[in-house]
Amino acid sequence: MRNNTQASVSSILFRRNLLRFLANLFCFLVAIMAFYPFFVMVISASHDNFNIMSKINVLPGTKLVENYQRLTRNINIFSGIKNSLFLSVCVTLVETYFAVMAAYAFSKFQFRFRNFLFGVVLVFMMLPGQIGIIGFYKEVQAMHLMNSYLPLIVPSIANCFAVFFYKQYMDTSLPSELIEAAIIDGCREIDIFHRLVVPIMRPAMVTQAVLTFIGTWNSYLNPLILLNDKSKFTLTLLIATVRDATHADYGAQYLGMVISVIPTIVIYCFGSKTIMEKITVGAAVKG
Amino acid sequence: MNTKKRGRTAYLYILPFFLVFLIFKLYPILYTFVLSFCNMDLLSGDLTFVKLANYKRVLNSPFFYRSIGNTLLIWIMSIIPQLTLAFFLAMLMSNRWLRGRAIFRNVYFFPNLVTSVTIGLLFGALFSYPGGAINSIISALGLKAVDFQNRPMLARMVIAIAICWKNFGFNIIYFTAGINSISDEVLEAARIDGANAWQTTMKVTIPLMRPILIYVMVTSIIGGLQMFDESKLVFTSVPGDATTTMIKYMYDSAFVRSQFGYGAACAYVIFVIIMIFSAISMFITREKKR
Repeated sequence: MRNNTQASVSSILFRRNLLRFLANLFCFLVAIMAFYPFFVMVISASHDNFNIMSKINVLPGTKLVENYQRLTRNINIFSGIKNSLFLSVCVTLVETYFAVMAAYAFSKFQFRFRNFLFGVVLVFMMLPGQIGIIGFYKEVQAMHLMNSYLPLIVPSIANCFAVFFYKQYMDTSLPSELIEAAIIDGCREIDIFHRLVVPIMRPAMVTQAVLTFIGTWNSYLNPLILLNDKSKFTLTLLIATVRDATHADYGAQYLGMVISVIPTIVIYCFGSKTIMEKITVGAAVKG
Repeated sequence: MNTKKRGRTAYLYILPFFLVFLIFKLYPILYTFVLSFCNMDLLSGDLTFVKLANYKRVLNSPFFYRSIGNTLLIWIMSIIPQLTLAFFLAMLMSNRWLRGRAIFRNVYFFPNLVTSVTIGLLFGALFSYPGGAINSIISALGLKAVDFQNRPMLARMVIAIAICWKNFGFNIIYFTAGINSISDEVLEAARIDGANAWQTTMKVTIPLMRPILIYVMVTSIIGGLQMFDESKLVFTSVPGDATTTMIKYMYDSAFVRSQFGYGAACAYVIFVIIMIFSAISMFITREKKR
């Protein structure tokens, strides 16, 4: 009797451990598949074309410097990084500042058409972004702003999702009493915004800013149609031309890809926690 | 404190937002609508009103219908494995006994950080013929190398894999948030009532995650039907334009063939299609009335 129970307990334990092992193994295999393209990219960046084309490479090769020289001879990757950095920083700053400002008005003020205007924000948040792209292009052309960063930066002031996100955060985390106290103390409106609202909103601003930065860094279609001067190309545009510029030079191509990934990975290392939180908050808000 | 005066400050605060909104968001959308009823003279830029001619052309164009078909095929091939895998992994990773959950989550999320341009080039190179990394593996297994680019269905599949690879980790985070929001008491109650793991998942977890599932479905429909970067970049030329998506078709019409009026009409037809699909998905996943 006692042996029986022991046997069944151990068989249950065995089955449970087996299941757990299989689950771990499955997760591990998926992780390997998810990582494999990165692996190929990084390893191949240091091989020459012959090695890449003819066999499976597991160890780094010796041709990194040559690949780098051929890559930079064809495209100026650092001008791309510089342009992308400039654009992403500008967009992030401008969007964050003005979106928090608009959200502050929607959250803490009473004015006519408030609900109507916020409804407009919500509707445009849902609209597919590419619907007006042809009109946008023609408009920019008519304004003689082609090849300028302005039409890539200024429209980010009207980021509907950011306004919605900040208003949501403000409704719960910015007590109205605090603002009233500041008014009674004779603080000017603009000082209330800069000295009270902005500091309290900082955590939300960091999260949204990280995502905006990565989004701008990765954007392709808008720079593609608006910029045609190579010296103004963003990194994504330059990377997209790598294939044509280097023909079938896979070593240089892979190296270009690796360089394009590094900046986002650096940002992610600093902001991974906030990104995860933001996505979760987004899901909870929508849910 | 003067409420009326404060209201005036509010207008100042929303002024930059709505000024830019009117100029760079609303106006382009309306202007595109106007353009869709016109033909534009390339040299002078003059518009001639052509009524519904552009829409008629779009709706009679076999190429446009093909691009819809391509988009749907690629989308279905990427969305089904993507959501299944993400849901399954999220369920597994909600178990405390799973080792290295934080590492797994980061590794799964990693592809989402890569620029879609880089993803396009990367998958183009991985699946290139005959010397791509995937073909190296196929050859090592003793099989014949596959020319992915020149076989329409395989070319679509490569793009679907690329999108799946990019997004499944992102969806895991959504699903994990959904699973975490289910209270332990409910799951405990199901266990006490004698439900096994499968029953708990089907009858408790999934119904309770409905809002998240709807959200993920709708956003991936809106995002998936707007596929562009991967379509343009993975393969440069595929026979029969098998990987040309709707947005790619619109882009080619307007910015490659310079038919802006026609492209604008495409944009609005695509918009209607996306709306229809979002409505269908909301209808399917709606709360059933008792």
